[in-house]
Amino acid sequence: MVSRRARSYAIGDAVGAALVLSQPLSFWGGIDVETGRIIDHSHPDLGRSVTAAILVMPAGRGSSSSSSVFAESIRRGTGPAAIVLATSDPILTVGALVAHSLYGVSCPVVVCSIEGMATGDHLQVVASGDGEALVTVAPKSQRP
Amino acid sequence: MTLELTPQDYSLLHGEHGEAAAFAMQILVSFADAVGATSLLDIVGAHIDGCLYHGQVSLDFVERFVAGGGRVRVPTTLNVGAIDLIHPELIRMSHPEQAPARRLMRAHEELGCVPSFTCAPYQTVFRPRFGDQVAWGESNAIVFANSVIGARTDRYGDFIDLCCAITGRAPAWGLHLDENRRARVLVRLTDFAPPVQATDALFVAVGLLVGVMAGDRVPVIDGLPPPRSEDQLKALGAAGASSGSLALFHIVGVTPEAPTLQEALGGACPEQLFEIRPVDVTRALQQLSTVPDGTGIDAVCLGTPHFSRNEWNRLLTALAHPSTSARPRVPIYVNTGRATLKLLEDEGHLDGLRERNVIAVTDTCTYLTPILKRMDGAVMTNSGKWAHYAPGNLGVQVAFGELEDCVASAMEGRVVRSAW
Repeated sequence: MVSRRARSYAIGDAVGAALVLSQPLSFWGGIDVETGRIIDHSHPDLGRSVTAAILVMPAGRGSSSSSSVFAESIRRGTGPAAIVLATSDPILTVGALVAHSLYGVSCPVVVCSIEGMATGDHLQVVASGDGEALVTVAPKSQRP
Repeated sequence: MTLELTPQDYSLLHGEHGEAAAFAMQILVSFADAVGATSLLDIVGAHIDGCLYHGQVSLDFVERFVAGGGRVRVPTTLNVGAIDLIHPELIRMSHPEQAPARRLMRAHEELGCVPSFTCAPYQTVFRPRFGDQVAWGESNAIVFANSVIGARTDRYGDFIDLCCAITGRAPAWGLHLDENRRARVLVRLTDFAPPVQATDALFVAVGLLVGVMAGDRVPVIDGLPPPRSEDQLKALGAAGASSGSLALFHIVGVTPEAPTLQEALGGACPEQLFEIRPVDVTRALQQLSTVPDGTGIDAVCLGTPHFSRNEWNRLLTALAHPSTSARPRVPIYVNTGRATLKLLEDEGHLDGLRERNVIAVTDTCTYLTPILKRMDGAVMTNSGKWAHYAPGNLGVQVAFGELEDCVASAMEGRVVRSAW
């Protein structure tokens, strides 16, 4: 089990299985908010569900309407449990902040190195209000 | 680097100007932090993209401001919504389905936004001036404001555009700042036989190509002929913001920050050089059409972005031409701003048009909301943006052509085209 220091952009605590995307995903046009599934036909992870996963990807992408779609997925409970990015993304940050303010549901958004993370790894994200966050990774292969 | 706030920013943040302003400032501060801004700056206007309904969250967000007594602090225009409030009979949705989308548009008005409901606010009295700092949403409006007018906005969108309007502030970053506005890449038109004709199709094709070439860098385009009207620059920007994320372009000798190539580049060397040849233009235009010439069409859609007064004149002229004075076989839908519509109505230009199968659509756009009666066949459009998004949004086939070709095609009910 290894912990990484991260920067917190939207606060909250989450645990779950990692879903590591090789390519950035735009929530607008990319996620079906009713099912949480990836519907972008050009995306390699088409058909996978982001619901309750710790979504790990290099960056955000695409339309600024993604803020709304991300926030709507959090409201409906079809969104991810947390998002871990390699570079900060204002669109996703705003979506998480708005959902937290309106519904009291947190979906932490943090930035750290995502190297070595793999789909299925057990991740814990703790993101506090002072900009600090900690991401703990328990690789899938080492879990009992 | 941390974000430094002014006493006035803190006063907004701490609720001294009400709950709504404090909520807006909290979100704006977090956003500014995420983009690495070290301060906020004053804006003189805003344009809000958030009145298009994306789900319950869209409405909950705005109602929070309404309940908190929110008012915009700067003149603020509204982008399109999902409903044509002036011609509601055109919207093919049940009343219960329409209700939240309708409320979303009205709720923005309660915050003091101007009910312009247009994606081309630059065609109205709210057109910003050169050098103005603004916070705009809607990709075509952003690229037009930056490039054609020389006003300054970065790419804003849902939630954050309204936070800027409510606080009158925006992060000091990106295209608000001098150093980020100079061109980084040079796009040169090469091997075109002079004189190069300033056709609408050329500007659309160049926009599509530049959007892909530039990525997130500012391009300067060299070798384009002067546009016939600013509508061609509108079309170029809209196309580039569809194929890519174009937010600012320069054209040497045309746009205000590019009197010369050297000035557009800020005296530096371009990081990369791209060339556009006639064959690239032809290919880009061919790729916009998903059906061959001669295919039957169900409708023509014009006005994405919203049709200007000048474009209406061209349409009315084409419709009055002796060869096309018959009633079109398929409807011609024209998306336009309500301010433009009012002007035309007052002057009597729209009398009898609907009977002639020409249908003005305001407050929304035919690729966003169910308006077209039939979508099982192809639709012809003069818009690179409509052609780019409609197959995905509506599931229709499209043919792209010049405005006059669109009118001729409507008359015949199939795609007819003069050579590009």
